Amino acid sequence: MIKIAIFGFGAVGQGVAEVLLKKREALRKLIGDFRVVAVTDSKGGIADEKGIDLSKALEIKRSRKRLPEGTTTLDVINSLDFDVCIEVTVTNIENGEPGLTHIKECLRRGINVVTSNKGPLVVAYKELADLAEKKNAKLMFEATVGGAMPIIKLVKNDLAGNEVYAIKGILNGTCNYILSRMEKEKLTYDQILAEAKELGIAEADPTYDVEGIDAAAKLVIIANSLMDMDVKFEDVERVGITKITPEAFEVAMDKGYTIRLIAEVDKVEGILRVSPRLIPIQHPLAISGTLNAALIKTDLAGDVVVVGKGAGSKETASAIISDLIELYRCRT
Amino acid sequence: MLITIVVELKDQPGQLLKALEPISRLGGNIVSVYHQRDKITPLKRIPVEITIQIDERKVEDLIEAIRRNGVIVRSYNEVRLTATTSLLLIGHIIHTDLGDTINRIDSTGFAEVVDMHISMPQLNQPSTAMITISATSDDNLKKAIDILKKTCREKDITVIEPLELQ
Repeated sequence: MIKIAIFGFGAVGQGVAEVLLKKREALRKLIGDFRVVAVTDSKGGIADEKGIDLSKALEIKRSRKRLPEGTTTLDVINSLDFDVCIEVTVTNIENGEPGLTHIKECLRRGINVVTSNKGPLVVAYKELADLAEKKNAKLMFEATVGGAMPIIKLVKNDLAGNEVYAIKGILNGTCNYILSRMEKEKLTYDQILAEAKELGIAEADPTYDVEGIDAAAKLVIIANSLMDMDVKFEDVERVGITKITPEAFEVAMDKGYTIRLIAEVDKVEGILRVSPRLIPIQHPLAISGTLNAALIKTDLAGDVVVVGKGAGSKETASAIISDLIELYRCRT
Repeated sequence: MLITIVVELKDQPGQLLKALEPISRLGGNIVSVYHQRDKITPLKRIPVEITIQIDERKVEDLIEAIRRNGVIVRSYNEVRLTATTSLLLIGHIIHTDLGDTINRIDSTGFAEVVDMHISMPQLNQPSTAMITISATSDDNLKKAIDILKKTCREKDITVIEPLELQ
C-alpha cells in the first residue's frame, strides 16, 4: 500500500487529486494499491493514516477556498507515516520556501518526493539530490520544467548513456503566446499582453514570465539535473521580451526569421542564457501559442526535439502522475 | 577557409593538372579556375587564379605541394570574411550614434558591418535594424558579436541574436 501526502492544494494539487480519483483503477494496475493520507494547503489540512476522502477534500477546498485549520504540513511530516509526498506548493525562487523545508524534511525521513515546485530545485538542487541519495529516497521533478512536455525522464531514461552537451528551448508558454501573436497580428507588445491577461495566459503582474525569470529558473534545473552542472539562478544571462516591437517581426520576417524567447545552456560554448533570438521560420523551435519545446543536443543520439503543453493544471498533473508511476511501477 | 591562389602555367597540355592535383589530394574543394590569358607574362606563362575551400591548417602544405610539382605560385591570399550572420537591434539606434556603433565593429580589422536595414516607425519611437556582420572566421564573428552586444548594452539597445551562427 503506497501512502501519499499532497502538500499544496491550489490548481496543481487539485488537478493531481482529480486524476488520482478519476484514474484510480488504471493507476492501481500500474503501481498497486495506494491511498492519499494527507492534503494540506497554506492554511490547514486534512490527514488520516487510514486514508482521506479526496472528493470531499476537493469539495471543501472549492466551497470554502481553504482546508480546515489545525493540521499543518510540518505536523503531517512529523507525525504521519507515508511513503511519498507530492509537493506542489507555490514557487519561490528566492529562498525556495516553504517547499524547500517540506522536501528536505521528507527526504531526511527517506520519504520519496514528487514535485512541480521550481523554487527548491533552483535554490538547492545539488543539496537535495545528495540528500535523496544518502537517505535512499527518490526526488522526482518532471513537472518543474515544461509541464506536460517530457524532458527530465526523457533524458534520464530514454537518452541514458548520451552526454547532453546543449539544450535550447522555449520554456515559457506566456512569452511564446505573446511573441507568436505579435508575429501574426502585427500588434504591439502592450496590446497582446492585455489580450493574454484577459485570457488568463498572463498574470496581472507578468514580470516573472516576460522578464525571463521563469524560463531562467527552468534552465537552471535542466543544467544542474541533466547536464551535471552546478549553476545558480544569478549565473543566467537574462533578457526579457518587453522591448520587442511589431517592426522587429517585420524586419525579421523579410529575412525568413521569427523571434522567440529561447533558454539556452551549452556546456561546450559556456552559454547559460535566456534571451529573444532570431529563429528561421521552418525551425522546429518556431512554434506558436502557449506550447513549450526543447532541442536536446547529444553525443550519440544527435538532436532530439520535444514539443508539448507547458502549463495548465491537467498538464502539470500528467507530469506528476508519470513521476509517481515511475517510482512505483515495478511493485505488484 | 576560402583562399585564392595565382599560379603561372606554361602554355602546354597537362600543366593545370600539376596545380590541381595537390588540391584534391589535400581534401580541398575547387570553387573556380580562371585563366587570365590577357595577362600573359613576358616568358609566355599564363596566370591562373584558382579559388578553393580548404582547411586552413593545410594551406601551407598545399602551396608547398604545388611548388614541388614545378608550378610557380605567384601569390595566395585568404579570402576575407567567410563567416556572416544577421542580428536584430531594437532601440534608439540612430540617436545613439549609429556611425560609432558600426565603427566599433569595422575598426576591429577582423569584422565589418556589411549590410543594414532600418525600419523607423515614428519619430522618438524605437527603431529596428537588421544588421549583417561578416568576419574572417567563426571565432572572430563571435568576438564581433560580443563587441556589438557590449556597445548596445551601453546604448540601451536590445540585441536579438540568431539561434545559431550560420
